[in-house]
Amino acid sequence: MSLDSDDVKRIARLARIETSDAEAQATQAQLNSIFDLIAAMQAVDTRDVSPMAHAQEVYQRLRDDVVTETDRHAAFQAIAPAVANGLYLVPKVIE
Amino acid sequence: MPETSLSALAAQLAARQISSRELAQAYLDRIAALNPAINAFITVDAEKTLLEAAAADALIAAGQAGPLTGVPIAHKDIFCTDGWLTTCGSKMLHNFVAPYDAHVIRRFKAAGMPSLGKTNMDEFAMGSSNETSYFGAVKNPWNPAYVPGGSSGGAAACVAARMAPAATGTDTGGSIRQPAALCGITGLKPTYGLVSRFGMIAFASSLDQAGPMAPSAEDCALLLNVMTGFDPNDSTSLAREKEDYTRDLDKPLAGLRVGLPREFFAEGLNSEVAAAVQAAVAELKKLGATPVDISLANSRLAIPVYYVLAPAEASSNLSRFDGVRYGYRAPEYGNLDDMYSKTRAQGFGAEVKRRILIGAYVLSHGYYDAYYLQAQKIRRLIADDFSEAFKVCDVILGPTAPGTAFKLGEKSGDPVEMYLNDLYTIPANLAGLPGMSLPCGFDAQGLPIGLQLVGNYFSEAKMLNVAHQYQRATDWHARAPEGLK
Amino acid sequence: MKWETVIGLEVHTQLATRSKIFSGSSTAFGAAPNTQASAVDIALPGVLPVLNRGAVECAIKFGLAIGATLNRVNVFDRKSYFYPDLPKGYQISQLAKPIVEGGALNIVVGDTERTIRLTRAHMEEDAGKSLHEDFHGMTGIDLNRAGTPLLEIVSEPEMRSSAEAVAYARALHTLVTWIGICDGNMQEGSFRVDANVSVRPVGQVELGTRREIKNLNSFRFLQQAIDYEVRWQIETLEDGGRIEQATVLFDPDRGETRMMRSKEEAHDYRYFPDPDLLPVKLDEDWIEAVRATLPELPVAMQARFQQDYGVSAYDAAVLTGSRALADYFETAAQACSQGKLAANWVMGELSAALNKAELDIASSPVSAAQLGTLIARIQDGTLSGKLAKQVFEGLWEGAGEVDAIIEARGLKQMSDAGELEKIVDAVLAANPKSVEEFRAGKDKAFNALVGQVMKASRGKANPAQVNELLKARLQ
Repeated sequence: MSLDSDDVKRIARLARIETSDAEAQATQAQLNSIFDLIAAMQAVDTRDVSPMAHAQEVYQRLRDDVVTETDRHAAFQAIAPAVANGLYLVPKVIE
Repeated sequence: MPETSLSALAAQLAARQISSRELAQAYLDRIAALNPAINAFITVDAEKTLLEAAAADALIAAGQAGPLTGVPIAHKDIFCTDGWLTTCGSKMLHNFVAPYDAHVIRRFKAAGMPSLGKTNMDEFAMGSSNETSYFGAVKNPWNPAYVPGGSSGGAAACVAARMAPAATGTDTGGSIRQPAALCGITGLKPTYGLVSRFGMIAFASSLDQAGPMAPSAEDCALLLNVMTGFDPNDSTSLAREKEDYTRDLDKPLAGLRVGLPREFFAEGLNSEVAAAVQAAVAELKKLGATPVDISLANSRLAIPVYYVLAPAEASSNLSRFDGVRYGYRAPEYGNLDDMYSKTRAQGFGAEVKRRILIGAYVLSHGYYDAYYLQAQKIRRLIADDFSEAFKVCDVILGPTAPGTAFKLGEKSGDPVEMYLNDLYTIPANLAGLPGMSLPCGFDAQGLPIGLQLVGNYFSEAKMLNVAHQYQRATDWHARAPEGLK
Repeated sequence: MKWETVIGLEVHTQLATRSKIFSGSSTAFGAAPNTQASAVDIALPGVLPVLNRGAVECAIKFGLAIGATLNRVNVFDRKSYFYPDLPKGYQISQLAKPIVEGGALNIVVGDTERTIRLTRAHMEEDAGKSLHEDFHGMTGIDLNRAGTPLLEIVSEPEMRSSAEAVAYARALHTLVTWIGICDGNMQEGSFRVDANVSVRPVGQVELGTRREIKNLNSFRFLQQAIDYEVRWQIETLEDGGRIEQATVLFDPDRGETRMMRSKEEAHDYRYFPDPDLLPVKLDEDWIEAVRATLPELPVAMQARFQQDYGVSAYDAAVLTGSRALADYFETAAQACSQGKLAANWVMGELSAALNKAELDIASSPVSAAQLGTLIARIQDGTLSGKLAKQVFEGLWEGAGEVDAIIEARGLKQMSDAGELEKIVDAVLAANPKSVEEFRAGKDKAFNALVGQVMKASRGKANPAQVNELLKARLQ
């Protein structure tokens, strides 16, 4: 298993991290050494093993359907990069 | 600064020998003197600290003090703290003043414990040396040329340098225990679900757990009493009866079965560390414990499993940092995607980006089963090994880290070399088990060595009992670095 | 070549809970931007989701109502993509283990009844809204809607025409509003439809390549979009082209679908189980408790209407078009003990008046009890059908109760035989020409005489009685 620089560009694009060709090449080598480490996992026979997603075997607790939150948008938007009229502003979204 | 335990400080406060304000001021003075060299704190705000201390004094005066009211504490900069800059060690949050308190912060506030500030950490808790922080590396107080460990490196260093009597940390793959070991203090990662994760900036949700860091096991027990408890805001918080973690501290260790996992004493372990850990086993035998040979065969896969699961969860958890609602936004950009990509490329450091990429890759189309699912299955095997082991022992003992502190810059160029530092700590995170590190000696260069205990689920009181008895028989935990005055 | 259309629908229904699916924010529509977006909804660092019991109960109700399998353990996954209205960079949804699987819905198109099977229904959170009005060349983001609970309901690709797709969407709309899990308000986006459309030569077994039409928010647009899309696909294929899998949007102004993204640009959503949420367990007691809160369902009610009130299958289907309409009909029918007549009035006079006034049944000025009394007055001979319409108008205008209107406007049907005889005789005397023509065999002349009598009685004569009397006199 080995990633090429196109793989790196593809996942960097998925993760929305701008990556130049030079960076992709450097990253590629590092990621491959990490995937070499991970490869030890592949030889293990896990056919009858159920995946473990949580440390405890417990079920989801449920919240009653009541409104508990109040309007805090002024405090929240005081730390936002760009707002106007109560809205968060982003570069124009084209659909 | 006198050598004082939390219980001694609390007693002095209760007896009005010192006020919380005076105590806080003394620590603030020490921080002012030492932090420029150690860089353990990202944010110190004396005014806020003293206000909180004054409030604690009022509680004490009103006879409303709890066991630790007035004792100050430092908080890892991963906990959202209302009105405080909360950076998680990242440029991405260099300007983020949290508008709410994490559950852990709320508990310490409710206990009347003033905050001394926010401690430095590896960026988004990703690192084992504290070198990935946007706010600069932390130096090991025992020797500033060496790393303090990570990711709770600032917490460990500030406690070791006595800039704070205690600190909070978080541990995803060893981030409390490994820096505790490298800085010669005691740190405990509780059973997953005992401490609420609400307000703790997520790295890998299914592994993250907050815990106490302090000089001694007794201190950690007192802090754990404050930190643990059910929180309806965290779905993974466990609804359990409140425990007093100090209750078993003084129990004798006669009959204790200590499991020594073969795999933790094998190739890769530094000989000085091995010798110190074996000496600790001998000490425990003197106290009545019996060593038991055990095997955690699948723990050799812990690092591969961890470097699939943790980056996968992290890549998703860190998607919210997009420059839209808070934090860093790139100063120049074109369209929306360009804003995202530049913001995230500039806002995250190299290690964080690496892990995001690994995570995105292992979850991407066509790779999920081979990586993520396979890792979750082996995670089960690793947890099963522990269940088997706890049939024949009460607590598992081994080294916390394969070596002592390494030099700044020594491993920062090689991620894999860095990752191997968490070889012994990661298995407990994967299983969700409690683990702790306590000092058990020094190497030839005078750097601390850490001993790790891993207990069964909810056996924190037992582990603290073992650690406390060991610390009554030894004085490694009481030693502080000299020359820091 | 003859083509067959294949359609499957994915419907996003907003669940009628007070608070959001993972936070305690209000779900009320129309608040000022971001005033209902809590720390959890805007995804501040460190916040965590906790599941709303009410949302799960809505999903259980739906599963029970369509006879589906309820997965006793179901799991939330994260679906990752970057979009400014998606604050976490992932949507919490259910992929591998949804809460509802299977089930079916009956639809009626023309005279044909069909059963459409459902694939699944899963809980998820809604996204916020992007407002494209110009804010210095930027887009504004309102996260009030972010975290509103949705049930995404996916059908099998079993519909074969736009008419069937619309019938299915309507039946689903009726059901979700009927059981009270969705307010059904399509303008506000409470019920949004995506249509997967493909065509294949008749007789071909494998499905053609589908294109997905996103976000249709009216039944009319659903029909238009599918009709356009089907025409476009057939033309493309007949011209020797190929259909590429794609997501398209419907432009109602131009009546066309247009490409949003191709398969190559399709997202890689990187689904994995959300580590912040634990598996959801549905225990039997809970399911039974929820079942006990379900109202009588449309299908059961249709059968009962046919049985108890003697209405036709078609009428029963129309009358159960909504729970309010069904309740209205049943109240009126019981008040007058005249099911068929009540059905005719509800579907005729009342529906016409409501349509004209653009009112729905819930805000009808004429109550079901009033309509029932009105029908009873027809039945006991107090009113003719024609007079009843005048009384109905009075009721509509709010002129009072049925009997008071009859009294006040003097609309009681003439029942005194002697008085009627006098009028008939006077009409015959005044219209010798008509009498002559009738006797010469012109049936039309008889109708003219009836009209004259009705006119002379100012509409209050009983038409049957008038016929009888005239015939007797003219023999």
